[in-house]
Amino acid sequence: MNNLYLELGLKDFEYEKIKKDLNREPNELEVYMYSAQWSEHCGYKHSKELLKKLPKNIENENAGYVMIDDYAVVFKVESHNHPSAVEPYQGAATGIGGIVRDVLAMGARPVALLDSLRFGINIKSKNIFEGVVSGISGYGNSIGVPTVAGETYFDESYNTNPLVNVMCVGLAKKDELASSKANNAEKLYVYVGSKTGRDGIHGASFASKELSGKDDRPSVQVGDPFSEKNLIEATLEILKLKGVLACQDMGAAGILSSSSEMSFKGNLGCELYMDKVPLREENMKPWEILLSESQERMLFLVEPGEEKEIEKIAKKYFLDYAVIGKTIEGENIRILKEGKVLSEMPISSLVDAPSMYRPTEEPLYIKEIKNKKFELDIDLKTAFYKIISNINIVNKSWIFEQYDYKVGTNTLITPGKADASVVWIKDTNKGIAITIDGNGLYSYIDPYEGSKNIVFEAARNLVSVGAKPLGITDNMNFGNPEDDMVMWQFEKSIEGLSEACKNLNIPVTGGNVSFYNESENMAILPTPVIGMVGEIAIDKMMDMTFKNVTDKVYLIGKVELNKKKIGGSIYQRILSNFIGGEIDKVDPELELKLYEAIWDLIENEVVNSVHDVFKGGLTVAVLESALNGGKGFKGNLGNSLEELFGENQSRFILTVPAEKTKVLEDILKSKNIAFKNIGEVMPDDYGFDLGFDKFDFDELKDIYFNSIQKYMEE
Amino acid sequence: MIKAGIIVFPGTNCDRDAEFALKMAGFNVEYIWHDFENVKKYELLFIPGGFSYGDYLRAGALAKFSPIMKEVEKYVEEDRGLVLGICNGFQILTEAELLKGALTKNKSLKFICRDVDVKVINKKTPFSKYIKKEVLTIPIAHAEGNYYIENYDYLKERNLIAFEYLNNPNGSIGNIAGIYNEKFNVLGMMPHPERNSVKTLGNGDGLHILMSIRRSLENE
Repeated sequence: MNNLYLELGLKDFEYEKIKKDLNREPNELEVYMYSAQWSEHCGYKHSKELLKKLPKNIENENAGYVMIDDYAVVFKVESHNHPSAVEPYQGAATGIGGIVRDVLAMGARPVALLDSLRFGINIKSKNIFEGVVSGISGYGNSIGVPTVAGETYFDESYNTNPLVNVMCVGLAKKDELASSKANNAEKLYVYVGSKTGRDGIHGASFASKELSGKDDRPSVQVGDPFSEKNLIEATLEILKLKGVLACQDMGAAGILSSSSEMSFKGNLGCELYMDKVPLREENMKPWEILLSESQERMLFLVEPGEEKEIEKIAKKYFLDYAVIGKTIEGENIRILKEGKVLSEMPISSLVDAPSMYRPTEEPLYIKEIKNKKFELDIDLKTAFYKIISNINIVNKSWIFEQYDYKVGTNTLITPGKADASVVWIKDTNKGIAITIDGNGLYSYIDPYEGSKNIVFEAARNLVSVGAKPLGITDNMNFGNPEDDMVMWQFEKSIEGLSEACKNLNIPVTGGNVSFYNESENMAILPTPVIGMVGEIAIDKMMDMTFKNVTDKVYLIGKVELNKKKIGGSIYQRILSNFIGGEIDKVDPELELKLYEAIWDLIENEVVNSVHDVFKGGLTVAVLESALNGGKGFKGNLGNSLEELFGENQSRFILTVPAEKTKVLEDILKSKNIAFKNIGEVMPDDYGFDLGFDKFDFDELKDIYFNSIQKYMEE
Repeated sequence: MIKAGIIVFPGTNCDRDAEFALKMAGFNVEYIWHDFENVKKYELLFIPGGFSYGDYLRAGALAKFSPIMKEVEKYVEEDRGLVLGICNGFQILTEAELLKGALTKNKSLKFICRDVDVKVINKKTPFSKYIKKEVLTIPIAHAEGNYYIENYDYLKERNLIAFEYLNNPNGSIGNIAGIYNEKFNVLGMMPHPERNSVKTLGNGDGLHILMSIRRSLENE
């Protein structure tokens, strides 16, 4: 026992606490159990204190939700960063599987997937990128859930540690929602799904340390989308049975964490029978069975007698089935094998990992970086081509065309056409507008303001299609929390998210924390990723594409760029790998005013397109709208790198028919919003006259749509 | 009302989409689970897209051994109605040899999801005779849609080609997007008409095919 706990990642003081809680030495099985439950991944040791600051609307469920009419829109984002670094295809595939089951466990049918991906820029990263995209494609397409939106970003900071965050959105009538809380003793725990094998054992602890660079593969699970598809249908049928009381997916730390957490939420104890679990391999030890992270498994709590009905459904879908335990009075978890008790201990100790939060001070780099100045001697034309051909800027159809974004026939705004996608709620005239966003450059320079910006950026995405934000889910991707700098970044970031949500009056419905994203002693850029859902009337949807030649193009919001606040602008990173300066702060009052105006303009059919100005600044925003609409443009976007590509917050570009410019200007004036006519839509063969220079349409089109393909072939 | 049966295998994932579209086209719709063995009462059998039995081994290769496919063979043989296979449904029909040729991996070796334009080639079948447009915009979503047949002329001579892509997305021989059997009671196609069955989802072009089927069956 002496060294086992250390090998499994527990600290000395934690081991002492275990002994105190148990009033004895833990046995081998128990050390394994604690190591999983007290891993950062399951125990949220470094984050749980701070996560209390977030404005949540629901606690302790598999996923949160917001309401649109009678429907609960269930959604959550989760990371699979480390598994994807080691085994890109399976890492990403099982990431999808896991988040889908979280949403499914709420009783919701999964209706959409989104992905937020970050990769490095070396050769190895290219392989990871390709593998991750095909993993999402292979798994997501098979289970029949459309991948409707996403974002992908490349930066050297992710060279050995990619970020793979996947979000699932599900739909249920309010009375169909399921809970994960066990409510009575002597109810049965029923296992449904694939068999349990040795795969993914210690996945939870694996996710809670830095990658060693050696062979980390045994910790990665393998997914079977066919079983997942069957499990989705089976679960939705099972949850309709009257005697089914609660449900949870078996995620990190598998059977152990699902059963202990369900019981704990109901102030109950439980018994688990190690000889009853369907096994794929022989001679599995009890700790392997308990901690296995084999995929495609669900746990149901049911009234005795109801298990026969469940068995029928499981058989129909080729799934394994077994009664593997029950709830009991008291607060102990009891592990048995052939009647023999292998362990008995209080669940409260097991599920309540010690908090390791500590206050930290602002790291030195923050001040240093603020005073750094971007200086580069480059002519505008050369810079223009470098920036607009960069893989961070160009169209991502190489990625999203590998995803089935239409299955389900609810996708009303498809990827690439607008700032957010829209999924139809079929028996209503409403849609769910969805987006996912992050910006590591902003969060690195200023974790508080940067994180706040990201929430508002997500809101702007929704507003651009005409939707009203309802709630967010957050995925916090950070480095090693034992490092003071990382801890500080995390704390400020949480505070920024929290403040932004209060400004927007929306809740954080749930989320995920991923620490230890670093390798070769380099932490990733701190990267909070925000998934946001909103409500939209499907007869009032807007996209970002330029539509009619002669339409006027307007910039609204902060029309005069504040050149002192363009830190974090991606053009600086692209041109000279620079990161520094000050980022622009969000002005919540101005933002809300802008949203009201845009909703008004869309509602009254004044505008023909709306696009929020983000990565790459004004020039990139104009090119995106024009190229996706197959149109040219003539106007003046500025005469300096800052004006052309600098990033401030609270800016949108709109197009409006010439005869409606007065209506537009009157509305904006009445709301006290600044605007500026920056040009007009031209036919494609006109090309682009951006003021500082002219460009050929076909040339830019080729760059914009084909650069990722070329990058992959290089 | 014309009765349509949607055949559902474990792993099928376009069954609900098919139901929505067929209802839009005015059919009475029921699901048929893969182990069911009576399909006689339906006038249209719809084999939807997805990954039947996980599509392990080869797309459609396992589904052909299912009890229901034996029934479908009989149904076609006895000319009891029409059979429409979309995407995985098309793959299953070729595996079961109810349609000629084979569907192999896309030329790009990647899954492709996008809207494509297809030209209606044979306009005289029950599936097509009421389609007024020359070209339909219909989404594709597949990894194995690259149609191949050794004897391309055989299809051509007998007018068995249903649709051709205007811009070939997957490398199909002769730009083939869909084909008929010799009796013109079976159509298999890679594009998904059920995904563009109402204007909200595009321009509604997919509905033309389903409406043609319904009207042909009604006027029989």
